[in-house]
Amino acid sequence: MIKKFDKKDEESGSGSNPFQHLEKSAVLQEARIFNETPINPRRCLHILTKIIYLLNQGEHFGTTEATEAFFAMTRLFQSNDQTLRRMCYLTIKEMANISEDVIIVTSSLTKDMTGKEDVYRGPAIRALCRITDTTMLQAIERYMKQAIVDKVPSVSSSALVSSLHMVKMSYDVVKRWVNEAQEAASSDNIMVQYHALGLLYHLRKNDRLAVTKMLNKFTKSGLKSPFAYCMLIRIASKLLEETEGGHDSPLFDFIESCLRNKHEMVVYEAASAIVHMPNCTARELAPAVSVLQLFCSSPKAALRYAAVRTLNKVAMKHPSAVTACNLDLENLITDSNRSIATLAITTLLKTGSESSVDRLMKQISSFVSEISDEFKVVVVQAISALCQKYPRKHSVMMNFLSNMLRDDGGFEYKRAIVDCIISIIEENPESKETGLAHLCEFIEDCEHTVLATKILHLLGKEGPRTPSPSKYIRFIFNRVVLESEAVRAAAVSALAKFGAQNDDLLPSVLVLMQRCMMDSDDEVRDRATFYMNVLQQKQKALNAAYIFNGLSVSVPGLEKSLHQYTLEPSEKPFDMKTVPLATAVITEQKTEIAPVATSKLPEKLAPSRQDIYQEQLAAIPEFQGLGPLFKSSEPVQLTEAETEYVVRCIKHTFSNHMVFQFDCTNTLNDQLLQKVVVQMEPSEAYEVARYVPAPSLPYSQPGSCYSLVRLPDDDPTAVSCTFSCTMKYLVRDCDPNTGEPDDDGYDDEYVLEDLEVTVADHIQKVLKPNFGAAWEEVGDEFEKEETFALSSVRTLEEAVSNIVSFLGMQPCERSDKVPENKNSHVLFLAGVFRGGHDVLLRARLALADGVTMQVTVRSSEETAVDVILASVG
Amino acid sequence: MDSAALEPSLYTVKAIFILDNDGNRLLAKYYDTGLYPSMKEQRSFEKNVFNKTHKADNEIAFLEGMTIVYKSSIDIFFYVVGSAQENELMLMAVLNCLFDSLSQILRKNVERRCLLDNMDGVFLVVDEIIDGGVILESDPQQVVEKVNYRADENPLSEQSVAQHITEKLALTTTVLQSAKEQIKWSILK
Repeated sequence: MIKKFDKKDEESGSGSNPFQHLEKSAVLQEARIFNETPINPRRCLHILTKIIYLLNQGEHFGTTEATEAFFAMTRLFQSNDQTLRRMCYLTIKEMANISEDVIIVTSSLTKDMTGKEDVYRGPAIRALCRITDTTMLQAIERYMKQAIVDKVPSVSSSALVSSLHMVKMSYDVVKRWVNEAQEAASSDNIMVQYHALGLLYHLRKNDRLAVTKMLNKFTKSGLKSPFAYCMLIRIASKLLEETEGGHDSPLFDFIESCLRNKHEMVVYEAASAIVHMPNCTARELAPAVSVLQLFCSSPKAALRYAAVRTLNKVAMKHPSAVTACNLDLENLITDSNRSIATLAITTLLKTGSESSVDRLMKQISSFVSEISDEFKVVVVQAISALCQKYPRKHSVMMNFLSNMLRDDGGFEYKRAIVDCIISIIEENPESKETGLAHLCEFIEDCEHTVLATKILHLLGKEGPRTPSPSKYIRFIFNRVVLESEAVRAAAVSALAKFGAQNDDLLPSVLVLMQRCMMDSDDEVRDRATFYMNVLQQKQKALNAAYIFNGLSVSVPGLEKSLHQYTLEPSEKPFDMKTVPLATAVITEQKTEIAPVATSKLPEKLAPSRQDIYQEQLAAIPEFQGLGPLFKSSEPVQLTEAETEYVVRCIKHTFSNHMVFQFDCTNTLNDQLLQKVVVQMEPSEAYEVARYVPAPSLPYSQPGSCYSLVRLPDDDPTAVSCTFSCTMKYLVRDCDPNTGEPDDDGYDDEYVLEDLEVTVADHIQKVLKPNFGAAWEEVGDEFEKEETFALSSVRTLEEAVSNIVSFLGMQPCERSDKVPENKNSHVLFLAGVFRGGHDVLLRARLALADGVTMQVTVRSSEETAVDVILASVG
Repeated sequence: MDSAALEPSLYTVKAIFILDNDGNRLLAKYYDTGLYPSMKEQRSFEKNVFNKTHKADNEIAFLEGMTIVYKSSIDIFFYVVGSAQENELMLMAVLNCLFDSLSQILRKNVERRCLLDNMDGVFLVVDEIIDGGVILESDPQQVVEKVNYRADENPLSEQSVAQHITEKLALTTTVLQSAKEQIKWSILK
């Protein structure tokens, strides 16, 4: 009989899937039998399964039809068939968001959750909580509390997990169940323990003290559940990070002790937690690394993967710590799971010696086409790190990268390769021409606009300075002919740079520009016309200002200034110097990322930090009329980390004033501070103009107060000053639990550390992509030169980094990198002095016993030159 | 981004799905609503995962920024998805529990046809293992006990139910008939 049915099924062409040709309307039609008496459990069960299957396949149910089916389903509660009842719960959960009036089943579910049948109780709780909202929750609160401490594990677990889901929606109600959760946490059942711990942590995570207490309790009493241990380890490592606890803390001891747990899951979690801790020393890493080493030879692929992935992370920061595992990693490079093999090879590339590079590269190229894009990115990053380590290997790498560039791959992958090639070009001048040639070939057939424009920009920057710039022109002009608007515009800019730098190419570039002026796109035409006119002037200064070194102002700032200017019509022309500068985020950040979700990065352009401060300060009436914000410093800590009050200061520089922003946090939960000001005593001719107090500082809510200081007019070279700072405030004691303050308070003060204002606060970093051109542009009108001996400095690197951090100027032309084994070096720095005057500095350094430095400063204004020379001396 | 370590949380599993050997979805649950909100995105994710994993039985993969552990049996594939920073062994525990529980209720016949014939049991098993992304139970024995589901020897379908009933009816009539006969004979004696 069954066989006959099967054959029929196959004949009708539906394969062997009984659900294949389900029609939603037919199934809903069938659902009418729910109303028949007596209920046929088997048929009804089958229909419910069909409905859930359809929902699971993404079939869309309209509100009316879903509600109809839902109401018919509620009749099935009359049957006592177990599986049928359970399927009803599932249907309720699936339909909770589609159907209307789902709360109709509340009473049936409440009955099941408190009934005698243990099989129903847990699932009934979970279904009930799915359809309950905040107001209804009050009604079932009593049952929930009972269920949490129920002796049947499945009931207790269900109640705890459902409570956790509802924390998002009604935190205040669930918060009242803490005691019950606490009781459940000491249950014998491992899952109940785990769920109770999870719920407790979610309820208390904002209260660091309570979390600490909870951790102490559980780490001492010990838990049975490996899941709960993993959770504890995560909580402990988070707490360690937040409190910046040292590695002698009992929490660290706890994590380390978990390395000896009998469950691999816990051991791995602990090892991974230690590896991810910031500033971990090699000695502290050693035990974690050795358990990971053991895992490398596990028969379980997931464990090998986990171990080698974590080791890969260790290798980024502490390659030496991983060298002990090299032998185990060697065994993994032929692993049949390509992800494991890739991770093993990239780890070895980081820890291995120069001699093994060729062999590993060969191994990896044998299967690079088989691995996913995510891992290809890992490979590229490893190569990029390798190039920095062994610059001599760049020809091998370049070859490998160019092959990878020709393969198929997504945007992230291609971008990683392009970034890597660009960084190799910048590090190794001798690889420049081959690298540029590979990139030129790549943009001939590149679908990613972002990459094409990036490469064109690079060609414009580097191409003109190569021995034969003319060969790049063809590649660039091809883009003008073939590509989309954005790429065409970038190509035009690149062409202009060739024309400006190479006189013999100028006539041909002008001809090409002429063609671009007939482009169909506005932006391309505008650029072409602009460059055409600049180039025709044949003046070096114009080329420098408008072609090589673009605008250095912040774009939102410019927009705001222009808007302001149009609102107040005046005879004066718009002054570019009043526009705030873009904060130099141009410095390349070479952060290494392991396989992470790079594709999910938000590509939104966030307003810069300085633009945010500008807005904030402009909102304070006392600070109006100060002009545009010139620079905001990094925050300076004025207190130790673990004190009653935490204060940090941000220095905002305006053209004639400085505003000090003190961000204060009160860490005493029994005090409310009011009228907080930071009183400042300057050592020099600075004058404190006014204070803006923070009206009130409740416990752990940061607030800011401000001081406005006028810079001395009579002596413009007095740029540095020391302030002694005292915080003054009115204390009102309060109840730590309710936060209710007493009626009266008393005045008190708190001495802070001294605050220094240095020359770096008056200079904004600006990157001049072409320093030579900028140098010529400023001219030698206010040039001054002096020679200094830096006797305390031993190496050129040290001298360079000291100068850069002291002056707060932007190193250009990568001159902050001192080539190895050289006795002399030239450092180029660029910046803008307060008031908007360009300042350029050239320092020739020579290494003898100490370092001798000849500084040449140029600026458009004399004061700036004097200030810099005076402060260097 | 990677250093942004895991926020301690019970929400471990981002998604779980079972595909057949053509990559078609038999069952899928996405617990993180922000992950792949639309059906189209879910399907394309499943397709991508299937294409990258069905050839080699490698147990673990890293795709679209997600750690994926998987297992295959005859003509079906089981997948458990977690975030990149998730403890891989926790995900493995979920996968093993799912597989072992299903293996028990399907009486070791972990293959497509048998799974589809007992779809209700499969739904219940998944519901007992994961609740909204939280691991509810990881011991297959417990799961099987809680679900308390018995796979039918003869798969359920409407025809067979109808036939079953008529058969039963026929049987009862014959029983009745023979009883009548017997009573008749006993009276006649």
